[in-house]
Amino acid sequence: MLWVPAGLALALVVLPVAGLLSRTDLRRVPGLIVSDSALRALRLSLETAALSTLACVLLGVPLAVVLARSAVPGIRVLRAVVLLPLVLPPVVGGLALLYLLGRKGFLGYLLTETAGIQVPFTTTAVVIAQTFVAMPFLVVSLEGALRGGGDAYERVASTLGARPWTVFRRVTLPLLVPALGSGVVLSFARALGEFGATITFAGSLEGVTRTLPLEVYTQAESDVDSAVAVALLLIVVAIVVIAVARPRAVEGLRQ
Amino acid sequence: MSLTAEIVLARGAFQLDVSFDVPAGGVLAILGPNGSGKSSLLGCLAGLLRPGRARITLGGRDLHGLPAHARAVGMLSQDPLLFPHMSIVDNVAFSPRARGVGRARSREIARHWLEQVDAGEFADRRPGQLSGGQAQRVAVARALAADPELLLLDEPLAALDVDAAPAIRGLLRRVLTEPGNRATVLVTHDPLDALALADQVVVLAGGRIVERGPTREVLTAPRTAFTARIAGLNLVPGTATDGGLRTEDGDLVAGMFASDAEVGKPAVAVFAPSAVSVYPAEDGHPGSPRNTVAAVVGTLEPHGPVIRLRTTGEGWSAGLSADLTPAAVAELHLEPGTVVQLSIKATTVTIHPAIATSHSASSASSRAIGRA
Repeated sequence: MLWVPAGLALALVVLPVAGLLSRTDLRRVPGLIVSDSALRALRLSLETAALSTLACVLLGVPLAVVLARSAVPGIRVLRAVVLLPLVLPPVVGGLALLYLLGRKGFLGYLLTETAGIQVPFTTTAVVIAQTFVAMPFLVVSLEGALRGGGDAYERVASTLGARPWTVFRRVTLPLLVPALGSGVVLSFARALGEFGATITFAGSLEGVTRTLPLEVYTQAESDVDSAVAVALLLIVVAIVVIAVARPRAVEGLRQ
Repeated sequence: MSLTAEIVLARGAFQLDVSFDVPAGGVLAILGPNGSGKSSLLGCLAGLLRPGRARITLGGRDLHGLPAHARAVGMLSQDPLLFPHMSIVDNVAFSPRARGVGRARSREIARHWLEQVDAGEFADRRPGQLSGGQAQRVAVARALAADPELLLLDEPLAALDVDAAPAIRGLLRRVLTEPGNRATVLVTHDPLDALALADQVVVLAGGRIVERGPTREVLTAPRTAFTARIAGLNLVPGTATDGGLRTEDGDLVAGMFASDAEVGKPAVAVFAPSAVSVYPAEDGHPGSPRNTVAAVVGTLEPHGPVIRLRTTGEGWSAGLSADLTPAAVAELHLEPGTVVQLSIKATTVTIHPAIATSHSASSASSRAIGRA
């Protein structure tokens, strides 16, 4: 019984990719992929996605622990707020970032006046936009694991004389590793595919802010074959990330 | 370290309001049904729950307000909760490590405690590779490696299967009766655990203490119907001997030894009220049972579909319960004061080990416990 909807779901994912392949003149693909602009976009994409994933981990792990363990009033509202980037159209997110950090935004004005820093339309802006959209994926998978697992191990650790920081380092974090693995892969994949917030907040400057998805968009205006070739490149990178990293991260450490 | 505790904790409509003492080296059992507040009480002692009002001192130290990690209070629950990402030896070494002892020395300490609980061979395994009983053994070692001044046991045998429970009960008895300064509080719903491990008992119902005193006295002669219901069994104290149990009066109660009972050690004979048959006093030798004793009918009360008879009088037959059908009560013309013969098949009597309550120690701690 489940095979029919399952098959439909799979078709929904696979058929568009197949359509893309059928549309492509495969003999031209290798040449188009190694074009200068495609390679620069690929490199920029990998670098920014890695940086934003790192930012997601450094900020998202403490956030998830606080959200899962705190009992302060209003924590449920905070939990909902954290998910906002998931439901917000990325373009809206990009506009919001622009109004915060742009030259006329209140934080951006402050940065420009005091430190001479301009964030929009830089590589930093790309990383910020990607972190904005990818963070919820990490936080949600960690928070689920934290709440599902309960705090029994942490309580035992504290009765064994471990201070809160020791408990976090030696019990909470190691137990989170499997969830962290899948959260990292999800947020990296989301950052890699990020388009709307990036183009609104960071623009599309070749070598600076033009990541792979933006390169696809740019190419599509002049040379569709080239756009499709770059899109295939993006798909291959995404599949490699999900297929290789995810099972290892998730299963390798679950003992 | 002796423990003094007065705890008031409100949780919705439920209120816990208790006070008790445990002398240094003593073991106090808290006996009560589910929902009587036992686990909340331990949570307050461990620092995992914040009571509304409390005065908890351990060896003169004020514990109330201290965070759990600063209390030197160890906890063992029914779930061993071994850290799944560490080897067994590192689990036991966790507490020394957390207190700043070096890695190598901590592992030495851990191996020592693993040997103490006969679990040395598991040192290099992972928690997932142990059975429930083996894991609980390791959890005991881990709790002791923290060198707690107060040890809390929260239903430590409840999750074990019937084969593993006696071994862990024996281990706990060995560990808890070792001379030392540590106070222990054991929470259980099983009177056998209390008998085997604790010298004093408090009975908790609806958040209040309804009875307290030396374990064997409280359980063998319950003064409240509530305690009798919790005990739910006939318990005859004495000394284990070949073929059964020798009572203080020198009578023999024939029975089967539990796997952890030893000849010559303090013990208690345990049998269900349904295992006791009642005959008229003049009836010579009813059937084959070896345990035949005269008794006087004390009370007769309906108990579900049966009538529960409680005896009075002298000797070990006093204070026993027997279940009879209403028809049998009528046929035997039983009423309070009637002299009857009880007989109990030896195969329905189990001889369990019990904590010795030496008279001087028991009276000293009775005084301590009677204070509140």
